[in-house]
Amino acid sequence: MHFRKGWAAAMSLMLLAVACGGDDDSDTSADTESGSGSDEPVTIEWWHIQNNDPGLSMWEDVAHEFEADHPNVSIDITVYENEAFKTAIAPRLQAGDPPDLFQSWGGGGLVEQVDADLVQDISDDVAPWIDNLNPAAVELYQVDGVQYGIPFDLGMVGFWYNRDLFEQAGIDEPPTTWDELLDDVQTLKDAGITPIALGEGDQWPGMFWWAYLALRSGGPEPLQDAGEDGSFDSDAFVQAGERLQELVELEPFQDGWQAAVWDGAGGQAASMGTGGAAMMLMGQWAPGTMNANSPDGNGIGEALGWFPFPEVEGGDGEATDVFGGGNGFAVGKDAPPEAIEFLEYATSLDVANRWGELNSGILPVTAGSDESITDPTLQGVLEARADASYVQLYLDQAYDPELGAVINEAVEQLYAGQASGEEVAQTIADAAGG
Amino acid sequence: MPPAADVGRGAAAVSLDEREPPLRNGLPASPKGVDAHASAPFAGSGRVGAVWRRRLTILAFLSPALVLYLALVLAPIAQGAFYSGFDWNGLEPLEKFVGLQNYRDALADPVFLASLRHVFLIVVLSLALQLPFALGLAVLLNQRLHGRAVLRLLFFLPFVLSDVIAAIVWRLLLMPAGLLDGSLEAVGLGGLIQQWLSDPDIIMYTVFFVVTWKYFGFHMILYLAGLQQIPPELEEAAAIDGASRAQSFRYVTLPLLAPTIRMSAFLSIIGSLQLFDLVWVMTNKGGPVGSAHTTVTYMLDHGFERGQFGYGSAVAVIAFVISFVFAIGYQRFVLRRDVAGALTTAGA
Repeated sequence: MHFRKGWAAAMSLMLLAVACGGDDDSDTSADTESGSGSDEPVTIEWWHIQNNDPGLSMWEDVAHEFEADHPNVSIDITVYENEAFKTAIAPRLQAGDPPDLFQSWGGGGLVEQVDADLVQDISDDVAPWIDNLNPAAVELYQVDGVQYGIPFDLGMVGFWYNRDLFEQAGIDEPPTTWDELLDDVQTLKDAGITPIALGEGDQWPGMFWWAYLALRSGGPEPLQDAGEDGSFDSDAFVQAGERLQELVELEPFQDGWQAAVWDGAGGQAASMGTGGAAMMLMGQWAPGTMNANSPDGNGIGEALGWFPFPEVEGGDGEATDVFGGGNGFAVGKDAPPEAIEFLEYATSLDVANRWGELNSGILPVTAGSDESITDPTLQGVLEARADASYVQLYLDQAYDPELGAVINEAVEQLYAGQASGEEVAQTIADAAGG
Repeated sequence: MPPAADVGRGAAAVSLDEREPPLRNGLPASPKGVDAHASAPFAGSGRVGAVWRRRLTILAFLSPALVLYLALVLAPIAQGAFYSGFDWNGLEPLEKFVGLQNYRDALADPVFLASLRHVFLIVVLSLALQLPFALGLAVLLNQRLHGRAVLRLLFFLPFVLSDVIAAIVWRLLLMPAGLLDGSLEAVGLGGLIQQWLSDPDIIMYTVFFVVTWKYFGFHMILYLAGLQQIPPELEEAAAIDGASRAQSFRYVTLPLLAPTIRMSAFLSIIGSLQLFDLVWVMTNKGGPVGSAHTTVTYMLDHGFERGQFGYGSAVAVIAFVISFVFAIGYQRFVLRRDVAGALTTAGA
């Protein structure tokens, strides 16, 4: 790694130049030398993205409890918002200096990190307790059967809707087929209600629609095949684009959706959380973010409901095929053994139950923690997760980041009316070499 | 528009380098004075040993800055040019050499070409609208006017804000049903409301407006400084000779202000070529379907957000070459007169 050294040299030179270098480096080297169980002071650098309360305080408490039990350990927490995290982690990875524990969605991003030797094989360390965790979630953090990270949350993307607004438009039951959904969108529009909140400025929220439609149109196989041979131009994807186009042509989104973000002022979560739109397609973290983006911190309260992505007439997919993923932590290559001990604690039944009780949208993966979730809406999500016949990881995480970005961008063009379903499929297939 | 921001990438490096001499020479502070200072000591020294000692002294004083410049500016540029020949995700070993493929891809990508057009649009609009506006204000505020110090301060204020703060504030103001839309509605101009930041056809003009708001104050101050260097006697003399206010401005003020204008145009163009922070934040990384990408946001989006470091480097090199060629050409052909001390004869 000739060039990485060059980088490191340039970096350290820069640090020296501003006279603040040294600290971090010496800490990490101390970490790696200290063995498990020794009393040498150890610092665990931990990057997570639970940037809104209650999750933010929850992780802080968990870290303090672990520190109290392990007086030689101090946990250095860095919290980023989702998008900011992706930007901030890149230079650290590139410099070959990952944090000890950092947010990971598994999938293609993790594969790249494994190929670059940035994460460590923890298979043996976690073997005694990993069976306590949901196998589907655990599998997301494996590459070629080797464990590189630990999940603490697994959920799925589905529809969050405002019961009051549905009622107001005279819709009694959430839609169960795509055509019903299109009808409901029109009904809501006619009633003067914005049918759908979308934060296409972030791109991935719009990709969810396309990916789910592909899964419903063609079942799991086309997605799996495309991941291997790049055949994103198969029928399932073309149909997904065409169906999505039908929806976009109804102009169902809130004002300014092309520039809106997911989490932030005027964004998708705010639009939904303030009762400005009737439904949205989003993952299990939606309630937490909606609450944080509403004036009183309670979102739309009792009016919030959840339903799974409807079936597509004539499609090969099952209603129980789900599109989703979760949150977890990859273990950096130089992480001390204490970091893995901390993960054991962070996914223990006690901590998982406390996560569940928050009903914030984090759906813990620890066996026996399901009952801790009391919110009926989230229980619905949990049931759907338990019934899932297939879990497809978010496309921008499942594949390598470069292809993920192409997918997001191509689908954005469909939303903007600049590309047809077929063109989108072709663009992605070209980029994937299919 | 924005004066060279310290982005610290290839393009920025050029202007940082190039900005220094023109600032000294171009500002009407004392263009001839600089020349005199620089040449006098050398002309006066006769002995060879003294010359060498002086050169050593200069080298000794220059070397710390020179080392930093080599390590932090020139070396990264060379490194970037090197990376641009590879298909590289930033993490894997540098193995996939692709020659000029990254450059071919960039020049074939409609989004990249659009980003060049966007920058060009900002340059043209700035020269055609923003700088004349700043000049007009400067002339106004150079008159004896009640409260002109306060006005100058007010107009200069946006420039003091950080780009990111300004971008966040404007993002909020321009939100659908935000303050701007609300205000338009309140005064009965609701029909003018647009999707300021979501409509791909409008977003670049929104960007131009905010950039102008942010930077006109800076150019105004440059012009004010220039105007104050013009001896009032000249305008008085023109008035005595029967020149109208307009003639006096056209034939006396404007020519004497020319060095400042050339300098301000230079900073504006270089700033446009590097336009980044404001656009990145205000349009959420380049706007819907890349409709607000500048070359620099495009580079960051592809390089860092997508981990295509080789491709991003190629884009950076292209941006660097454009800035470099422009900067050299501008200095060589436009600023030369100022450097040569042609000030007194240029307007005659």
